[in-house]
Amino acid sequence: MYSEKVMDHFQNPRNMGEVKDADGVGEVGNPQCGDVMRITIKVDDEERIEDVKFKTLGCGAAIATSSMVTEMAKGKTLGEAEDISKKSVADALGGLPPQKMHCSNLASDGLKKAIEDYRSRHTKG
Amino acid sequence: MKEAIFLDNAATTRTDPEVLKAMEPWFCEKYGSPATLYAPGSEAKQAIEAARQRLADLIGADAKEIYFTSGATESNNWAIKGTADALASTGRHIITNEAEHHSILMPCRFLEKKGWEVTYLPVDGDGLVDPEAVDGAIRDQTVLVTMVHGNHEIGTIQPIDEIGTVTREKKIPFHVNAAQSVGHIPVDVQGMNCDLLSLTAHKFYGPKGVGALYIRRGARITPLLHGGGQERKRRPGTHNVPGIVGLGKAAELARGRLDKEMERLTGLRDYIIDSIGNSMEDIRLNGHRSRRLPNNVNFSIEGIEGESIMLSLSYPTSADTKPIYVSTGSACVSGTLEPSHILLALGIPVELAHGSVRISLSQDNTREDADNAVKALVEVVERLRSMSPVYKRGSKQCASGSKSDGCDCEAAT
Repeated sequence: MYSEKVMDHFQNPRNMGEVKDADGVGEVGNPQCGDVMRITIKVDDEERIEDVKFKTLGCGAAIATSSMVTEMAKGKTLGEAEDISKKSVADALGGLPPQKMHCSNLASDGLKKAIEDYRSRHTKG
Repeated sequence: MKEAIFLDNAATTRTDPEVLKAMEPWFCEKYGSPATLYAPGSEAKQAIEAARQRLADLIGADAKEIYFTSGATESNNWAIKGTADALASTGRHIITNEAEHHSILMPCRFLEKKGWEVTYLPVDGDGLVDPEAVDGAIRDQTVLVTMVHGNHEIGTIQPIDEIGTVTREKKIPFHVNAAQSVGHIPVDVQGMNCDLLSLTAHKFYGPKGVGALYIRRGARITPLLHGGGQERKRRPGTHNVPGIVGLGKAAELARGRLDKEMERLTGLRDYIIDSIGNSMEDIRLNGHRSRRLPNNVNFSIEGIEGESIMLSLSYPTSADTKPIYVSTGSACVSGTLEPSHILLALGIPVELAHGSVRISLSQDNTREDADNAVKALVEVVERLRSMSPVYKRGSKQCASGSKSDGCDCEAAT
């Protein structure tokens, strides 16, 4: 059912955990849906994502998309990172089963929320 | 390739090699249809009648009350729709319960759309139906009570004898879905006072695609399929001779092994339940502790989700760990956004239903398999919990048992 890439990211997730003294935190999902993702980011002076980590409760697709998003976001500017879409995450994983596109592919939303959180803390600082 | 440990036997079992051996001649050597009169045909006819007798002996029925079908889904559909049709002029009310298999619930929903009324009785926290509630739900218009014997997901064994006493007293036809129990625990259609009983071969080491419906002599039921005159004109279609022979062999083997195997599996089941209980916190055993199928273990594990448990066990990362196959009641595998309706019927929170894992045993499983499975499960749970943003040790969610609102995924995105 899952692509090799999904299984790889599920079995060997990249950047799992929490960034210490995070500059932005984004949490999406709902335990009652079976999916919760928490993305933490560290942003450098040039507004690039220096470090990003995830913690995820959810199915194989939820964990794999979280891992993939962190890999895609690392080193990107905030603007570039915000452009990461659900589709681009799924594509990078070699596709997701259709029923997994909806609830289990929230990682890019989590990243956007973390960036929003960073911005709300740092505007007109 | 490492040998895998198959612990999803409530889904299906490995065909017993003796069953396969009994089936083999009926493909290429003796392939005549039992409906014909020449020698190979009458040989096939004798073989299916012998199988019918063996199956009848296993469930305390008369051979003439056994009708071969394609499996439990067909038998359940036939029992419900066939009885509803035959008795439509008497009334249009059916009684079942909330924690039934889809092959019971969907035919009921189908009939509801056609104007029948269906009462879905609640189950208690262990999944049990109250026989008095069955009694209370019976109306003048009731034409069928249908109840599962052993629940496929949580293993709870219903008080079928007591329910059968109620239905017999009120003269209401009583159907029992015994797909999970036949061949594993004693099933006796006389003691159950049932009029109809569904079973399927592949749940007790027979082949897939063959089952039976027991129809008590005199029970009124319309055929589901219409065609030739097979099965006393009640179930047309050329007989699945190899399958029926396999079902007969599986029944014969089950009859010989049942007592010993039931005791052995019950011991193994309890060993697994205790081992898991002793090695993990924040978990909940789903289903009744003792009124339970000998091969069923079902736990909810707080803070993680079932599909990821199942996937982690089936694709171990360590080279010396065997793949282990189990199942889950998580929404992620149900094809809907909802987790198992059976777990929800127990009244447990939705998030705990997502985090359920079912281990179901067979005659092939050993103590070593149990030890390997528990060890692997403990490791997987620890790893997934370390990834979980919501798991907090000792949050006692498992103990609360309160219903929560449910997932509103559509609105969330």
